Amino acid sequence: MTGPDDPRLAEARALLAQLLRRIAPEVDLDAVDPDAPIQEELELDSMDFLNLMAALHEATGIEVPERDYPHLGTVNGFVAYVAAASGG
Amino acid sequence: MDRARVSWAEARTALEGLPGGRGLNIAHEALDRHAAGPRAGHVAVRWLRRDGAVEHATYAELAQRTARVAGALRGLGVGPGDAVFTLLGRVPEQHLAALGAWRARAVYAPLYAAYGPEPVRERLHRGHGRALVTTLARYRRKVAPIRDQLPGLTHVLLVGTPAGDPPPGTAWFEELVDAAPAEAEIPATDPEAPAVLHFTSGTTGTPKGAVHVHDAVVAHHATAAAAFDLGPDDVFWCTADPGWVTGTSYGIIAPLTHGATSVVDEGDFDARRWWSVLAEQRVTVWYTSPTALRLLRRAGPDLLAGLDLSALRLVASVGEPLDPDLADWASTALGRPVHDTWWQTETGAIVIADQPGHERRPGSMGRPLPGFEVAVLARGPDGRAAVAEDGSVRAVDPGAAGELALRPGWPSMFRAYLGEPERYAACFAGGWYLTGDVVRRDADGWLWFVGRADDVITSAGHLIGPVEVERTLRQHPAVLDAGVVGVPDEVAGEVVTAFVVLRPGEAPTDELVLDVLAFARRHLGPAVAPRRIEVVGELPVTRSGKIVRRLLRARARGQPLGAHPTVEAP
Repeated sequence: MTGPDDPRLAEARALLAQLLRRIAPEVDLDAVDPDAPIQEELELDSMDFLNLMAALHEATGIEVPERDYPHLGTVNGFVAYVAAASGG
Repeated sequence: MDRARVSWAEARTALEGLPGGRGLNIAHEALDRHAAGPRAGHVAVRWLRRDGAVEHATYAELAQRTARVAGALRGLGVGPGDAVFTLLGRVPEQHLAALGAWRARAVYAPLYAAYGPEPVRERLHRGHGRALVTTLARYRRKVAPIRDQLPGLTHVLLVGTPAGDPPPGTAWFEELVDAAPAEAEIPATDPEAPAVLHFTSGTTGTPKGAVHVHDAVVAHHATAAAAFDLGPDDVFWCTADPGWVTGTSYGIIAPLTHGATSVVDEGDFDARRWWSVLAEQRVTVWYTSPTALRLLRRAGPDLLAGLDLSALRLVASVGEPLDPDLADWASTALGRPVHDTWWQTETGAIVIADQPGHERRPGSMGRPLPGFEVAVLARGPDGRAAVAEDGSVRAVDPGAAGELALRPGWPSMFRAYLGEPERYAACFAGGWYLTGDVVRRDADGWLWFVGRADDVITSAGHLIGPVEVERTLRQHPAVLDAGVVGVPDEVAGEVVTAFVVLRPGEAPTDELVLDVLAFARRHLGPAVAPRRIEVVGELPVTRSGKIVRRLLRARARGQPLGAHPTVEAP
């Protein structure tokens, strides 16, 4: 489980920023609603999202199964999922 | 040719026409004739909202609501021939704006919601956009910054729950429509009056605004019957983006003219969601794309377990060639064949299809639908159909590759490239419309796709003109020149790849490349911007200065540019 002060959350958010920088460098993570749909809020299309999943796998070894994609559909969802997956 | 004429005359009898012989209007064929009859209470559209909510409208309800939209447009002074643009996703207002515009005899012009401010500005400007229907967020991001460059855009209508005062120069769509009188009677409409404006990309120059007329509905209706066997009891799901011609011809018009129920899903692509839409909505006819099928294949078979797809009776594909491997996988996963269809923005409707009930040749595009006459023409050194000095063209022998050409005269043929008569005329030669696609026709008449005759990029079903991307890249302060090509991709078919030459003194750092990428995405949007940018010392050009994209494609596939002469004869 992850709590609000969990450093893994901050790490996961930094990781998201780092991955997005190579896919959609125009995105400013601080300027978006972290609970809004990530594709709409960050102006990502489906290809961008798939590239994000591939980059996550390459960077961390975390392979997100397709059925879990909806859980990563917001900034907060992404951060929580990755923090949990990297915490085991 | 006479046979084709007879066939379209027959097809026209399947529609009603405006009462009293007052012409032909798409909205009457799509809505009013059903709303006035036994299908009034039948569900016309089911909208699946992003959050899981489901909304629907019957034919009678949609006719009433769009009559108010027409009233609202009239109240704003938007009338016959005026362009009503949309910059929206798959939301109810897309249908409302299109059908309301047709009732008011205005022209419906949808844009991809994924476009950035530059493609939006260019198209609104060239299309003489009078009104735009969009969301507050998209308005702020993409339109407000360029609004002062669009003096002709007099009305911006914002979709969504009205919340306080809208930004200056805009109004809430819902408030306006609620307050407007219903214009129940559609005014007399010339079948040749413009109804739809779709922008499409060419290799050179600016995007082309293909104009379609109300008479196109004859082809939308007839081709949906021929290619999908579509009827009033069908539940039809077209997954195409509303900004693309498929989203209009088959996403909006054809299922309504047949009195069927359309399913419209607002959500982004998500494999699990898509499979469950097919099953839970009891979709009977599914019109989708190879990119979507590849994404579903990638997601694996687990998601299919336990789903009841028994309602599904026909699956068809559009947007890029359906390769036999993918067709095989889809046929096995879905338990029924996937029928390929071929057409383009300019044709307005399906021209060639692997038709239900006909012999199937996997990997083939199929054969022309009734009413279409095709030819395969010999090509010249530029790869396009060779036109002799007397203007004539020559067909190739069966089995040989050539440019696909169509005999003009079908109802949904584009009538113009807006404001560009010469560019329009250049599409025709020797009595044929030249499609720009290269095909082979076998001895029995089946057509096989070979490739594009030009440099247009097809990525995830979107046509992207390299010049539009290059022009934006050159506007980056560090970029001197840019060359853009499509590179094969296992999911999207092709992805946009850019080669840039930096200005003297600029170093090709990671930072700079990412800055160019950010610049391109901000201006063009993710659907058009390059996915990959590579810095090169120089671009291969002809003596006349044209970029040799063939060499850039080779480089993108891993062959060094240096293996070829940098300068080629023109």
